[in-house]
Amino acid sequence: MSKGRFGIHGGQYIPETLMNAVNELEKSYNYFKNDEKFVTELNELFQNYAGRPSIIYYAEKMSKDLGGAKIYFKREDLNHTGSHKINNVLGQVLLAKYMGKTRVIAETGAGQHGVATATAAALLGLKCEIFMGKEDTERQALNVYRMELLGAKVHAVTSGTQTLKDAVNETMREWTNRVHDTHYVLGSVMGPHPFPTIVRDFQSIIGIEVKKQILEKEGRLPDVLMACVGGGSNAIGLFYDFIDDLGVRLIGCEAAGHGVDTEKTAATMTLGTVGIFHGMKSYFCQDEYGQIAPVYSISAGLDYPGVGPEHANLKDLRRAEYVAITDDEAVEAFEYLSRIEGIIPAIESSHAVAYAKKLAPTMDKDKIIVICLSGRGDKDVAAIARYKGENIYE
Amino acid sequence: MSRLKQVFENKKAFIPFITAGDPSLKITEELVLKMAEAGADLIELGIPFSDPVAEGPVIQEADYRALAGGTTTDKIFDSVSNIRRTCNVPLAFMTYANPVFTYGTERFMKACKELDVSAVIIPDIPFEEKDEIIPYSSKYGVEFISMIAPTSLSRIQKISKEATGFIYCVSSMGVTGVRQDIGNKVEEMIKVVKEVKDIPCAIGFGISKPEQAAEMIKYSDGVIVGSAIVKIIGQYGENCVPHVVEYVRNMKKAITF
Repeated sequence: MSKGRFGIHGGQYIPETLMNAVNELEKSYNYFKNDEKFVTELNELFQNYAGRPSIIYYAEKMSKDLGGAKIYFKREDLNHTGSHKINNVLGQVLLAKYMGKTRVIAETGAGQHGVATATAAALLGLKCEIFMGKEDTERQALNVYRMELLGAKVHAVTSGTQTLKDAVNETMREWTNRVHDTHYVLGSVMGPHPFPTIVRDFQSIIGIEVKKQILEKEGRLPDVLMACVGGGSNAIGLFYDFIDDLGVRLIGCEAAGHGVDTEKTAATMTLGTVGIFHGMKSYFCQDEYGQIAPVYSISAGLDYPGVGPEHANLKDLRRAEYVAITDDEAVEAFEYLSRIEGIIPAIESSHAVAYAKKLAPTMDKDKIIVICLSGRGDKDVAAIARYKGENIYE
Repeated sequence: MSRLKQVFENKKAFIPFITAGDPSLKITEELVLKMAEAGADLIELGIPFSDPVAEGPVIQEADYRALAGGTTTDKIFDSVSNIRRTCNVPLAFMTYANPVFTYGTERFMKACKELDVSAVIIPDIPFEEKDEIIPYSSKYGVEFISMIAPTSLSRIQKISKEATGFIYCVSSMGVTGVRQDIGNKVEEMIKVVKEVKDIPCAIGFGISKPEQAAEMIKYSDGVIVGSAIVKIIGQYGENCVPHVVEYVRNMKKAITF
């Protein structure tokens, strides 16, 4: 078996042109992750720039309303740039700088990762170019402007389905074109080794903080951890420090779109089969000939036909469970959390909120659920308004 | 002598690439027969993939056209079977890891053997992942073609040592597509290969003009041309055959001394 395996999943399925770049990245990462100067600088950035640690919030009204388990939110939405994506990009852009790279490129779906990358690049003084599916540039027009404001160049990707997977394709193509001065800041726990490991390590701060915070508040570990899963970076970030705590249920919430029995879905774990794509072996939505399926979700950030290889393995091992949440359920949860707690969640994170609404009432009142509120919902407000029939444009 | 050895035996090889099913499998069959007559020494048939990350816009579009027309791996195999009734030109499949893996790698290689397809070229299977393919390809006598790129540097030795059939030398950085300037790294790359192993080296990526082919063939054993041909097919559609034939004839002439 080659490097970077999670069970049968993972690996390095990429063109030869990129092999030395990923090998160099692996070597540099293994060096700098133990380098005192790098670690200190990253921790400084986490605390004094991103606002870590993010708080854990007991949603008392929601818990009482649902009448079951106690619900806590890990507030990644309160990070600088409004989502968990900042954890990974600060790590990777700083790493790129230490590696002597002068330019970063990245794909983005909803725009959160693009905005975060552009932010880190502005701060750390690297040139930045972002690739975003054309359809997504229209769904998330304000984020395009944000990235440009931060000094990044945004490319609207017109190939294929013009969404996240095509943005990844185009960023990989750009990287093969120019590796010597450029680092590809992959936005999720996916792609070829060492990306799934690097991104997970930078995101694992979420779970490490949760463990400490919940022990302080409750004196014990939670019963359930819950997070939305597209590629799966906020979920693995939350889960990772708890994988060996077998009493903690890990639940990933993926996007069912219009429903898992329709064509308009992105439920990779529910419907996908093992394949090789975007540098990794994992589960993918695909046809019998291995053509990647066009997927759909109301959420641009979950609109991806694959899933990170470590999640695929957690599913195989039955260590984590994966459930599919429809657009309607997610929108309903989006509105619910806004009203009951005064927190407008990202439509991605709303998928996890929706499942909590189903699960919490079935659990005893002394049980504890921690949900990763991976991003804030400001970016989604206009789109949700239109979904509900309002004629509002940004 | 294996089909692939024939390709480079006492001559320089011209290796055209077309995407199977673009614009239709019927035209693909005709193109293979006519390109063979026009001097193609080995023909690469692309099995279209929804997300061809190593391809530039020209071949991406061809893949989309072929898939939109209903092309599947099984239908391509049927077409190759038709071709084999009258034509024994050496063939290679070029595709991505997922169509092979999902079809079943063993089942895919068995079909290659039955169809007398000599080799497979899979750009997203690098040296590190070749065990995904080789146990099955070697079982059925199909060559798995190794690729080297301008960034391969010290990797060239280890890749060459284990390479079989021929080595696909990627001339330039980036994806497939016509280039004005191909650069000069490839000559050095091939020198390194030949020090390690006596194996044919064919250059691909960026070549479109006879003059470029004539230059590249000085350092190599063959030239591979994809995007320039696929562009002609895209331009003329169902009427592309005579235009492609003329192009292949001119390119073959340019590398024949």
